[in-house]
Amino acid sequence: MFGKLTIEALPFYSPIAAGGALVTVGGALLVAIVLTWLKAWKYLWTDWLTSVDHKRIGIMYVVLALIMLLRGFVDALMMRAQQAMALNSGGYLPPEHFDQIFSSHGTIMIFFMAMPFMTGLMNVIVPLQIGTRDVAFPWLNAVSLWLSAAGAALVMVSLVIGKFSTAGWTGYPPYSGIEYNPGVGVDYWIWAILISGVGSTMSGINFIVTILKRRAPGMTLMRMTPFVWTALVASVLMAFAFPAITVACGLLALDRLAGMHFFTNAHGGNMMNYVNLFWIWGHPEVYILILPAFGIFSEVVSTFSRKRLFGYESLVYATAAIGILSFTVWLHHFFTMGSSANVNAFFGVMTMIIAVPTGVKVFNWLLTMYRGRIEFHPSMMWSIGFIVTFVIGGMTGVLLAIPPADFLMHNTTFLVAHFHNMIIPGVLFGYLAGYMYWFPKAFGFAFNRGWGIGAFWCWIIGFYLAFMPLYLLGLKGMPRRMETYNDPTWQPYLLVAASGALVVLCGIGCMVMQLYVSVRDRAKTRDLTGDPFNGRTLEWSTSSPPPPYNFAVIPTVADREAFLEMKEKGIAYRRPAAYEPIRIPSNTPIGVILGAFGFVLGFAMVWHIWWLVLASGFVMFAAVIVRSSNDDQEFTMSASEVKAIEDQRYRQLGSRS
Amino acid sequence: MSVAHMSAHEREEIETHEQRALGFWLYLMGDAVIFALLFATYAIMIPGTAGGPTGKELFELDNAAIETALLLVSSMTFGFASLQVKAGNRGAVLAWLAITFLLGAGFVFLEVREFAGMIAKGAGPDRSGFLSAFFTLVGTHGVHVTMGLIWIVVLGAQVALKGLTLPVASRLYRLGLFWHFLDIAWVGIFSIVYLPGLL
Repeated sequence: MFGKLTIEALPFYSPIAAGGALVTVGGALLVAIVLTWLKAWKYLWTDWLTSVDHKRIGIMYVVLALIMLLRGFVDALMMRAQQAMALNSGGYLPPEHFDQIFSSHGTIMIFFMAMPFMTGLMNVIVPLQIGTRDVAFPWLNAVSLWLSAAGAALVMVSLVIGKFSTAGWTGYPPYSGIEYNPGVGVDYWIWAILISGVGSTMSGINFIVTILKRRAPGMTLMRMTPFVWTALVASVLMAFAFPAITVACGLLALDRLAGMHFFTNAHGGNMMNYVNLFWIWGHPEVYILILPAFGIFSEVVSTFSRKRLFGYESLVYATAAIGILSFTVWLHHFFTMGSSANVNAFFGVMTMIIAVPTGVKVFNWLLTMYRGRIEFHPSMMWSIGFIVTFVIGGMTGVLLAIPPADFLMHNTTFLVAHFHNMIIPGVLFGYLAGYMYWFPKAFGFAFNRGWGIGAFWCWIIGFYLAFMPLYLLGLKGMPRRMETYNDPTWQPYLLVAASGALVVLCGIGCMVMQLYVSVRDRAKTRDLTGDPFNGRTLEWSTSSPPPPYNFAVIPTVADREAFLEMKEKGIAYRRPAAYEPIRIPSNTPIGVILGAFGFVLGFAMVWHIWWLVLASGFVMFAAVIVRSSNDDQEFTMSASEVKAIEDQRYRQLGSRS
Repeated sequence: MSVAHMSAHEREEIETHEQRALGFWLYLMGDAVIFALLFATYAIMIPGTAGGPTGKELFELDNAAIETALLLVSSMTFGFASLQVKAGNRGAVLAWLAITFLLGAGFVFLEVREFAGMIAKGAGPDRSGFLSAFFTLVGTHGVHVTMGLIWIVVLGAQVALKGLTLPVASRLYRLGLFWHFLDIAWVGIFSIVYLPGLL
């Protein structure tokens, strides 16, 4: 009846595991109680969960990302604490628990923090920047969101029922195979990734079509904003790289469930094939995450330097070049696996080549700031902090790209320091810059600057404290993922690293305060114009938050900085003579239903509850057929309703001047 | 009806279907990546028989040839259905869809029979890495064909109930892309799995 699921799966075997479960369950209960107390269930359901509006979907993605950032960061704190105290002792975490924590930290930060954060920002901003009313496939967009949430929920539920994978975020076989890992941990990892991966593939397709087919009249490809360009290239990578991880995890699942021999030690298996398949996705994934962040930096640096972006075309070509080259470097993740010297040399050279277009971009940003009138908005602080820090990480990356050097530093904390040095400034700082830049656009009131700047300083100081010691430890030969060690010279570095994690904790505290203070003061800080930063691109031309249809009249674009040009010509706020009725996609519960049953399906696969697999699969199948047979997926907002909303907007604009 | 005579709403609807067609092409390209990686996996696992049977001992060219014939002819009959969609001939569309369905079902039947025979001989997917790769590659294609069959039934019902409306016709167009794509994947399977396995 319940497959492998028994009462033993509850985490009463260890106080720390039980504590983690308690926090998870308590947090979920607390949210439920607050929602009931506020009588907000109905509002939540009709206005958010069933919404297909790209702005709301984007906001929900970012909320998911921020929640998972907290979870992933708690994992990080626990690891730093363990390593700080585990000299010649077991610390406070048993090895198996420590292994779960580094596995879930990586899995969460990549798949359930960075991916939703990026997809969320793209959702909120891309349609506004290209002057359209929604993405090409609004319902599919909701399905993508809820499948990502289902994957995240599977990782969270592993805290309460059963255990998570101990095989690291990359899940290399044969260790992740059934022979060495008979528990449910690896299955949680596989199904979380497979389910959310389908969502990411569909997001990629959705944004390619949206950007190629739905741009406002006059917006040629070379008039698209840098963020839209980077979103386009990242979407292409999503659509074509995610199938690779689907194959890698799918075959691993077949090994585990059906006794197949793709990656086993014996019976003709080939585990090196898994490593190739995983990184054929894994390297493009790095650029999926980082390119949109580059786009955000470009927008932010240009806006807050009050200058046109320097070398726009070189930035576009560099982005496209990175997109192509990102498929030609995957082998540098496993130089030590035993390929021939020539193969290693090829991938080493390609890795150094891909650093060139990235370097081009650094000069784009530097020369945009040169002689600009720089305003130190928090977003600008993240951008400057990124440039400085990222260049250091890039140089250690070029070092690792030399195969003989990689043989020495492979699997040490030098590598851990390197990729955190790329991903924290290059990805997370970028998204936080975008989050602080576009917050007023999404919600219609200002985002507190003081706490934002505080968050920046804590994050960047904490980052250097936490990761510079790891470079040194790596050079001293400390392997990554050590639960305990006996070299007393390592401990001082690990104590510094732990203190860095505490400084980052202060940064996260500042982010919480920033949200609290901004929401508290929202009545005083309303953004009446929709253009708080003297913006240059179309998203600032509509109100904050934008109306459901974004633009009452689709704008006609005549310049790369479309809105700035309109303001200079004095036509930015011109009222149209009349409004037309607008077709808007209707809300539907089928997206959230698919997510819910996707979660159930994954859970049932993990625990081998076969009847539930069939039942939830059938419900999902039926829901898709019902939805795809529906010809009437839109409603019409009448011209007078549009006029009422727009009248209100022009009253606000008037009250300001 | 020329573009000039269309209302804004009708233009929007046609653009919507164009966007769906492009999106579906992109999905197929992603699916092609899945097949490409399964082909590559199969190619490197051919030697991994672990002392078990090889392709030469297991594959039957007759069966694969009949499967190929069924699938290729079904692509042609789907093409006839598409022509009848353009002609607006509902009955003929349904008839050609039914023939396509039967040919596709025949293909799936032969494949299931082949798989069952191999498993009965002790040559199932858990026998060796080679057989895992064979069953997964060919089976993934078979699952796609089965999904296509269900889709033919769903759209057949829509044609019967709703007629050849613009949304239904656009769905048939995408089903056609899918069905022809499976032919291409099968040609790959025939030339990479069955032919070299028997030569």
